[in-house]
Amino acid sequence: MTTPVLSIRNLSVEIPTRQGIVKPVDGVSYDISEGEILGVVGESGAGKSMAGNAVIGLLNAPAHISGGEIWLNGVRIDPLKGEEMRKLRGKEIGMIFQDPLTSLNPLLTVGDQLAETMLTHLPISRKEAAERAVAALEEVGIPGAAERIDSYPHEFSGGMRQRVVIALALCAEPSLVIADEPTTALDVSVQAQIISLLKRLCRERGTAVMLITHDMGVIAEAADRVAVMYAGRLAELGNVRDVLTQPRHPYTHGLMASTPLASEGQKRLHQIPGAMPRLQHMPNGCAFHPRCPKVQKRCSHDPLPPMAEGRAACWSPLLAEAVE
Amino acid sequence: MNAYVTIKALTRVFDVSKPWLNRILERRGKALLTAVSNVDFQIEERTTYALVGESGSGKSTIGRMLVGLLDPSEGDVQVDGVNLATEADAAKVAKVRSHIQMIFQDPYASLNPRWRVRDIIAEPVASKGGETEGLAERLLEQVGLHPSDAGKFPHEFSGGQRQRICIARALASEPRLIVCDEPTSALDVSVQAQVLNLMSDLKEELGLTYLLITHDLTVVRHMADRIGVLYLGRLVEEADPQSLFDAPKHPYTQMLLDAAPRMDGFGREVPPPQGEIPDPIDPPSGCAFHPRCPIAEDICRQERPEMKALGKGRVACHLAR
Repeated sequence: MTTPVLSIRNLSVEIPTRQGIVKPVDGVSYDISEGEILGVVGESGAGKSMAGNAVIGLLNAPAHISGGEIWLNGVRIDPLKGEEMRKLRGKEIGMIFQDPLTSLNPLLTVGDQLAETMLTHLPISRKEAAERAVAALEEVGIPGAAERIDSYPHEFSGGMRQRVVIALALCAEPSLVIADEPTTALDVSVQAQIISLLKRLCRERGTAVMLITHDMGVIAEAADRVAVMYAGRLAELGNVRDVLTQPRHPYTHGLMASTPLASEGQKRLHQIPGAMPRLQHMPNGCAFHPRCPKVQKRCSHDPLPPMAEGRAACWSPLLAEAVE
Repeated sequence: MNAYVTIKALTRVFDVSKPWLNRILERRGKALLTAVSNVDFQIEERTTYALVGESGSGKSTIGRMLVGLLDPSEGDVQVDGVNLATEADAAKVAKVRSHIQMIFQDPYASLNPRWRVRDIIAEPVASKGGETEGLAERLLEQVGLHPSDAGKFPHEFSGGQRQRICIARALASEPRLIVCDEPTSALDVSVQAQVLNLMSDLKEELGLTYLLITHDLTVVRHMADRIGVLYLGRLVEEADPQSLFDAPKHPYTQMLLDAAPRMDGFGREVPPPQGEIPDPIDPPSGCAFHPRCPIAEDICRQERPEMKALGKGRVACHLAR
């Protein structure tokens, strides 16, 4: 086994509030290997973005990493601070956010932004950087890259802007890319273009990708493995086909069943009663137990069973019954 | 079945010109954006008609013209036999208007944060001087919330609950037609299912007619009785869900369905659609889709295709068979 590009071990994030300490991420562990796309899926408030931000060191105070370890290419990065983290960010980890307009500087041309990133992280000359910037735009499929290099972000359409953001994230040749809802703000046809671009570039370069999204369809088409999160904890982790077609955790099952596509031909959609618990009022035991159709006595007080690849954090997983 | 809403040759043009001084200095003419161009369709009573399209396709503009938030530039909107633009009898128009309500996309922006839920829900009735005693409580129960929630403020509710409050407010004036503009786009999947189920139930119970505006094809497939596909302000295809999803006739509809991510599309490698939606200020000649269309011929570049009946639906394409 080679070392995974990213390895998260038992990561927890805490935010002290007036009502006490809340844990938006609680004991999450997963690995991403070279050239692999890990889909992190969950509803709003599941902690999926918070986990991504913890990896790249973008937690806003007072949120902080309260436990666990983050390893990038065999180096522990969670204790890094300030300047050290800044060097790593951009060089080793690229980030793609949901809204392309807010992640680009409106006052700099896209060429300047690309060149600046490369000059900061790579040992190249200004001239080389300018040449590479054009190549980077060409690679993400922007037509007429040589002319558009001097355009400002507002002169691009939404899909083209997201391509620029991808070029920016990949230009320093990072080993890990964190894509946080990269296509949520885009139209269906543009979304298909962006997903296909992301898949191609990562396969060609062997970049590991953490693809954070709430869209199960995007996960199914793009990801190799998937981590399902609920209320800050990992509910299920495994191969994307296994998890989506034979979910073990009742939450994953409910989530899959409530998408309109899964209930084709039925009058009513399957629905999970209730809503995600608020962080201040996290239930004891399994966080999903108040909404779970298969809840048992122990679910409300026992700590969750240990998680592993291809397993669910559940006392009565759905598939186990079929096997036993 | 009779048509409750009839939309005829509806067109809306926005003037997006720069101020006159800039136009003179830069020697530019006026810039006109045709958001909706010559759209015809009918909505039958007690059915759900869905308008789908990508951003800039004019779907929201049509919804806004139907409820009266915007005036049409050309064409007619007829609801229940009354032409809303030309009808002289103001009382008649007011009566029809009171039967139309709207639900917006963002449940955070569409509720007044300083009002209690009771006042928000009762407002459509109170503004007309109607009896509002116990109305909010009854409606809250109908949309699956607790009657005691009436005394709370909007910030005390989650996104899905807020959308239920919006639905309760829309129901207050006993409407017959509700225009739903992306009602579940801001919601999570499991909450979306709850809201869609509620909408289906209310339609059955109260005999409502919906105009559902959305970009989400899975929602459309589940909810709609009839679907209209819009591209650059033009209706390109109309059919029932079964025919549309199984055998799309227009190349744009085909492209849209191919591009939508599938739950069973593990590792699917399809060539993504080419190009982007063109500039609506300067739309392509002939068929607006021809620059991106894989089967475009000369006629598509010259002549705008008319809507024609084909199979169980209608399609605006020269080459559709």
